[in-house]
Amino acid sequence: MTYKHRIDGRGFDETRPIEAKVGVIKRADGSAMFKIGNTWAYAAVYGPRNLHPKFLQDPQRGILRCNYNMMPFSSSGERVRPGGSRRSKEISLVTQKALLPVLNLEEYPNSVVDVFIELPQTEAGSRCAGICAASMALADAGLEMKDLVCAVSVGKVADKLLVDLDYSEESYPDVSVADIPIAMMPNSGKITLLQMDGEVKKEELMKVLAMGKKALLDIYEIQKKALKEKYHGVEE
Amino acid sequence: MMYRELRNHIIGLLNADTRLDGRKLTEYRKPVEIEYGIIKTAEGSARVKMGETEVMVGVKLEVGEPYPDTPEEGTIIVGAELLPMSNPDFELGPPGIQAIELARVVDRGIRESKALDFKKLCIEKGKNIWMVVIDICPINDAGNLFDASSLAALAALKDTKYPEFNGEKVDYKKKTDKKLELEKTPIAVTVIKIGGKFIVDPDTEEEKAVDARLTVSSIEDGTLCAMQKGGDEPLTMEDIDKMLDIGIEKAKELRKYL
Repeated sequence: MTYKHRIDGRGFDETRPIEAKVGVIKRADGSAMFKIGNTWAYAAVYGPRNLHPKFLQDPQRGILRCNYNMMPFSSSGERVRPGGSRRSKEISLVTQKALLPVLNLEEYPNSVVDVFIELPQTEAGSRCAGICAASMALADAGLEMKDLVCAVSVGKVADKLLVDLDYSEESYPDVSVADIPIAMMPNSGKITLLQMDGEVKKEELMKVLAMGKKALLDIYEIQKKALKEKYHGVEE
Repeated sequence: MMYRELRNHIIGLLNADTRLDGRKLTEYRKPVEIEYGIIKTAEGSARVKMGETEVMVGVKLEVGEPYPDTPEEGTIIVGAELLPMSNPDFELGPPGIQAIELARVVDRGIRESKALDFKKLCIEKGKNIWMVVIDICPINDAGNLFDASSLAALAALKDTKYPEFNGEKVDYKKKTDKKLELEKTPIAVTVIKIGGKFIVDPDTEEEKAVDARLTVSSIEDGTLCAMQKGGDEPLTMEDIDKMLDIGIEKAKELRKYL
């Protein structure tokens, strides 16, 4: 079986349309919105601020806390019950690991930087959209950063390697599907998130990672543009 | 203490008939904006912006069993989560008392005004009913979540279309053209008492200075359908009289935005 054309007509190395905006939540110290296709993420950063309870404090450096949450009406199926699931807890963890390498938290001992990621609407790729939004929000908060973080999913549907799987591809019936969310620091090219569901050969994985890298560099440009727009007073 | 200074400053301004941002006492922030159908995964949705306050509400329709005492009636369920994204004082965790009060005040406005005819939500007597699940998610809390959430909930209901139901399962991928019918438009207005003065649409600073508040929900003809008093100070009969007048009057103004 071969996957000839993508269901929505995109090229195999093409992402869905992307929209990004910074400074969307005024009460937060930093915030951003990142939309890719029908997946829509907000991120708000609070901090560095006091960390309670006290035993969580690290006198050597500030800590980064991330929370990923799907809004109750964000799934195309049944309502998502509020409160964390095992899935959202795991995504919160890998998001924190994806973002941590770009931060320098040694200047903020005993403090916390909180990142809250909320998804009003999802259709595959939500953890990557959340990471893209969060890294822009961290920059918007004025934290010292070594790099941004860009994220996208890559994978394989039947015989084709592709970038940014949508829901119909993730759940393509009766063929082998691999879904591989990745995050990268665009300047160093280092990978900060790597997960995989499905089946893929090692050679294919390396090839699809290279395809992903190209898409991530495009996402990096979109993130930078959104950050600059805020400070040039350019309105959409 | 900073707080007392701020409070005295706010009261000083109110006595001079103005506020921190220059508004009149019973003036809402502008613009009040309502956007419909912003969320494709919900059966109905709306976003309300009141000044810098922004609230999203999504409606999901589920099929369930009716309560034994009302076999011919569907029902509504209102949830509110005070997302820590929207306010530095909100914390993660199950809904606290603030979130529960917000959800219940919004619930009562809709339920008691009979904005939805629960009988029309019945699919099969005693067996299947529609449950209208309304979830409130603040994006940015810059004050007055009560009024913004109530307005967003009503707008989201106005936007709601039934998904397909084949007698066994709901097919959320297939939305029908059948809209949820709104019989009334209950609007909540929260009137705040600070230092003997009455204001509407408090911002974050004013909310910290509240002596008492009264949320007044009313329908088109001014009939009251729900109320909730909050704040630590009591209200006199004269206070209530004035606050109700403001609430009913301002509801007419907010209703025009729908």
